[in-house]
Amino acid sequence: MAATAFSASKFTQSFSLNSTRSVDRPPLFPASHPLKTTPSSFLGSTRKLSLSSPSSSTSRRRRRRPSRSPAVVAVSEVVKEKKSKSNVSLSNPLITNEEGLELYEDMVLGRSFEDMCAQMYYRGKMFGFVHLYNGQEAVSTGFIKLLKQEDCVVSTYRDHVHALSKGVPARAVMSELFGKTTGCCRGQGGSMHMFSKEHNLLGGFAFIGEGIPVATGAAFTSKYRREVLKEADCDHVTLAFFGDGTCNNGQFFECLNMAALWKLPIVFVVENNLWAIGMSHLRATSDPEIWKKGPAFGMPGVHVDGMDVLKVREVAKEAIGRARRGEGPTLVECETYRFRGHSLADPDELRDPAEKARYASRDPISALKKYMFENNLASEAELKAIDKKIDELVEDAVEFADESPLPARSQLLENVFADPRGFGIGPDGRYRCEDPKFTEGTAQV
Amino acid sequence: MAAIVQGIGATAAPSASSNKFLLSSLGSSLLEKKRNFFVVRSDGKCYTGLNQQQRRAQNVVTNAVATKEEKASAAVGSKPGHELLLFEALREGLEEEMDRDPCVCVMGEDVGHYGGSYKVTKGLAEKYGDLRVLDTPIAENSFTGMGIGAAMTGLRPIVEGMNMGFLLLAFNQISNNCGMLHYTSGGQFKIPIVIRGPGGVGRQLGAEHSQRLESYFQSIPGIQMVACSTAYNAKGLMKAAIRSDNPVILFEHVLLYNLKERIPDEEYVLNLEEAEMVRPGEHVTILTYSRMRYHVMQAAKTLVNKGYDPEVIDIRSLKPFDLYTIGNSVKKTHRVLIVEECMRTGGIGASLTAAINENFHDHLDAPIVCLSSQDVPTPYAGTLEEWTLVQPAQIVAAVEQLCL
Repeated sequence: MAATAFSASKFTQSFSLNSTRSVDRPPLFPASHPLKTTPSSFLGSTRKLSLSSPSSSTSRRRRRRPSRSPAVVAVSEVVKEKKSKSNVSLSNPLITNEEGLELYEDMVLGRSFEDMCAQMYYRGKMFGFVHLYNGQEAVSTGFIKLLKQEDCVVSTYRDHVHALSKGVPARAVMSELFGKTTGCCRGQGGSMHMFSKEHNLLGGFAFIGEGIPVATGAAFTSKYRREVLKEADCDHVTLAFFGDGTCNNGQFFECLNMAALWKLPIVFVVENNLWAIGMSHLRATSDPEIWKKGPAFGMPGVHVDGMDVLKVREVAKEAIGRARRGEGPTLVECETYRFRGHSLADPDELRDPAEKARYASRDPISALKKYMFENNLASEAELKAIDKKIDELVEDAVEFADESPLPARSQLLENVFADPRGFGIGPDGRYRCEDPKFTEGTAQV
Repeated sequence: MAAIVQGIGATAAPSASSNKFLLSSLGSSLLEKKRNFFVVRSDGKCYTGLNQQQRRAQNVVTNAVATKEEKASAAVGSKPGHELLLFEALREGLEEEMDRDPCVCVMGEDVGHYGGSYKVTKGLAEKYGDLRVLDTPIAENSFTGMGIGAAMTGLRPIVEGMNMGFLLLAFNQISNNCGMLHYTSGGQFKIPIVIRGPGGVGRQLGAEHSQRLESYFQSIPGIQMVACSTAYNAKGLMKAAIRSDNPVILFEHVLLYNLKERIPDEEYVLNLEEAEMVRPGEHVTILTYSRMRYHVMQAAKTLVNKGYDPEVIDIRSLKPFDLYTIGNSVKKTHRVLIVEECMRTGGIGASLTAAINENFHDHLDAPIVCLSSQDVPTPYAGTLEEWTLVQPAQIVAAVEQLCL
């Protein structure tokens, strides 16, 4: 059903009537909103990227203190202006050669890995619900590649690529998907519960919205360390990733409130791919512009083209920088799209093929490739080498996962409690965890 | 011999059989991640509280349970002890732990400036600051989740539900994250959180403020539940819960906060998994917890006058059950009566009945009798409210019936 077609005209009409922006600022959306009939492509976006230095954009950025004037609106000044297509300049590209290759490699890793997951699923190597990230790579790469190892990432069930971007080895993720004991969670979590203490990936959550408070808690710890434990250099930032469907959930709003209230170092990243399984964002949300909900709680709300890794990266730099400096949270809405269905079990019949085609033409990987060629940041050969390297890496991950052992029975009762005395005292007076059957996994608990 | 509790509200000497003494901070630095502490068992053996990796390498204590000992005099020690109310005991435990470890923090509604709706956190915000004793907005699900996230990243939060019933709103976080995250992360993250608050039936508080959540939470894997009933065990369990690396839900009771008792001056930590022998006896084992302990002890007075000798055990640990103490008692008396405030269906009593039947069936001379509250939303009217709960007269009647 072309759900987008009929609502498009309705939506844009109400949009212009309800604009609460101050009149001197041109509206952000008109030509680049996904629902408008003129699609915005990567290079043709009318949003212009400015190459102004950070200091000038700082002065333009609103810096209201707690007593907020009602005029705090979405931050258009955070959106950079991009040079128009007719005038692609070879000077001052947004990224260096190394950065470009890093971004490209990360996105290709995400894409290849997910494609391999689909293959493996249909071959019966993994089961259950598997949610693939194809098409959204720009968001993960754009944000996570700016983080340090100590920064935390909290994701949803669509977490494979967040894990990979954060640094969890592909082998560990693939093993986890195969349910092997060498997986990052020893095979106990699965596709929807990727965790890594080493890389500070705090999950992997199956219910939408339940990761957002956890992310808020991680940000709280960062603030606590700095202010109570007096670790003055603790500036760890937390990123919470979630989708458009989650933005109608209570936990989202409750956490926006708490994060803004206590100025927690967190960035709320909305991966708005317009669909929550089969529920179109427009059919579920009274005001579909999610970025607007930030200022309602006292934090900047930004909308960015989530198919463009460079734009995402620029916005991410600002938002993460804000959090690191202790200025509080930011809500970033990334307009993105998933090329596959909600999960591998989703027949994906509701989405309009024209919409899919439109977004396919904005594939973030091809777009970055094009950008790098046009700005002489990389050669065809370099990128091909990366493609090959990633293919080998993913193949290796599958091989490793295949050869890894399945969990033994003894693993069943481990890790239920951090302190296994929690299983209690048995009739014989000994703690149950001392029962030899416990380590065999056959004890009655 | 263990001291005998005299009745409701009496100043009782601490029960000796479950005393454990803590040798105060044996050089453990405040900021170290592993919670190292020593607990001396009353049978003389010593063990260290360790993190998971260390435990695998260590021999675990073989005899987990203290035997009843003549420790009454030693328990009180050379100092006279001090008298206080139960909520003050909770506060004392909380304060001692916050002093000991700067990662311990409190979050909840009105815990800071207001001092807690039952005064358990009174004065703490002034002492430790607004971040360590955090006043949260009214968003139970989210601030419980926030506590879990903080616990995963190194803090040791205590989340207070202003009334346990409010934690129904946090069920998502408690079940999915609190209980399960350690397992689904393959043991990578631990959740050393304490969730506490007053529950139980009060004085005409109405149905929604009179809920007993222990029955709803008991199936959640990965959590421990304890219920305190005296000032002594309140402080000991609070400290134990904070020091435990497991998520612990500590159930307090609205009507017990003003119980006065004399507790030791020395620092002590109780064992989360053990039950408490309140009154040893020969004829019947009465298992109870929280406020019903006092109804049972009142009934016990009557029963003693009538010539019965009930053994009263406060199970304290609602999940997991201390089957050793309970089993020993069953093997001695062969008759069991469970008295609880939970509702009949799916309550703690129901689980306990099943556990005892499974493990000690051969030792029973009569079917287990379980007295629970009626399966009724607690009415407001005082008379009706009284009839939903188990009263001492019913307990006496049940014992008489059992011991026929």
